[in-house]
Amino acid sequence: MHALTPILSTVTASFLASFVEVVEAFTIVLAVGVTRGWRPALTGAALALAVLAALVLAFGPLLALIPITVLQFVVGVLLILFGMRWLRKAILRGVGVIALHDEAAAFSKETTALQQQANDRRADYLAGLAAFKAVLLEGVEVVFIVIAVGAAHGQTLYASLGALAAFALVMLIGLAVHRPLARVPENALKFVVGLMLTSFGIFWTGEGLGAEWPGADLALVAIFAIVALTAFAMLRWLRKPMPAGAAAR
Amino acid sequence: MNIIRLILNELVGMFVDDGNLALLALLMIAAITAAVKLLALPPLAGGILLLVGCLAILLHSVHRAARRP
Repeated sequence: MHALTPILSTVTASFLASFVEVVEAFTIVLAVGVTRGWRPALTGAALALAVLAALVLAFGPLLALIPITVLQFVVGVLLILFGMRWLRKAILRGVGVIALHDEAAAFSKETTALQQQANDRRADYLAGLAAFKAVLLEGVEVVFIVIAVGAAHGQTLYASLGALAAFALVMLIGLAVHRPLARVPENALKFVVGLMLTSFGIFWTGEGLGAEWPGADLALVAIFAIVALTAFAMLRWLRKPMPAGAAAR
Repeated sequence: MNIIRLILNELVGMFVDDGNLALLALLMIAAITAAVKLLALPPLAGGILLLVGCLAILLHSVHRAARRP
């Protein structure tokens, strides 16, 4: 159990976070493919993957040069910022303060934009660029997640496998349904990922400070439970009607 | 150059959405780190303070956003 806890949590966090990002990139690539054809869509996506691979090859080996406690501290701090950002957004979406992310709407918006560019002689280039940007920007987040949840405990391989499984699953479902994956419970996934990444961040920043958590890696489960209970309490509390004037929006 | 700018913007955006939340979190981490390294606060106490502090900052941030007219 002690050995399995970090592996399972690493694979799960990497898989779920990457799944959300790949779904978002898939929506744009699909919009480009359906509207302008698969050549610009796949060319843009492939070029973005090549840039991402180059970034990983260029900067990945540098991580081995950083002392492990410094790496845990830096990655922990970045994960706290990244995880709390996702958690905050998911809570605010959960209580209706900000709108839910809608893949169908994103697909429709991208399709409309591409159709408006249809008469431009650079239409294929612009369509390919849209696919390139979508894959690159979502891919940067996936790369960060894999490095962050994997590097601090030497589990980059497991984190990469989680991300790869998410990529494969989205491609399989996407090829089968051939439309945006609008029924994926994206906000619930982001809420869980926010909980996991924030917990990882607190755990590793603590280790970077020299803390010996009671129960070693099992403390991660306890931190996750405390963060989750508090976040659910926030959701319940914020769902109650606000005082007059505060709720109007 | 545009690609590098695009990636840098994305990297900053990954960590900073509500600037107030990011700033408070960084200040809290700096204060706890200083307390552990300079004032001999036990590291485990620092870790527990980190957990409580993160949750307090998150609560403050979502409450502020939910009350914003």
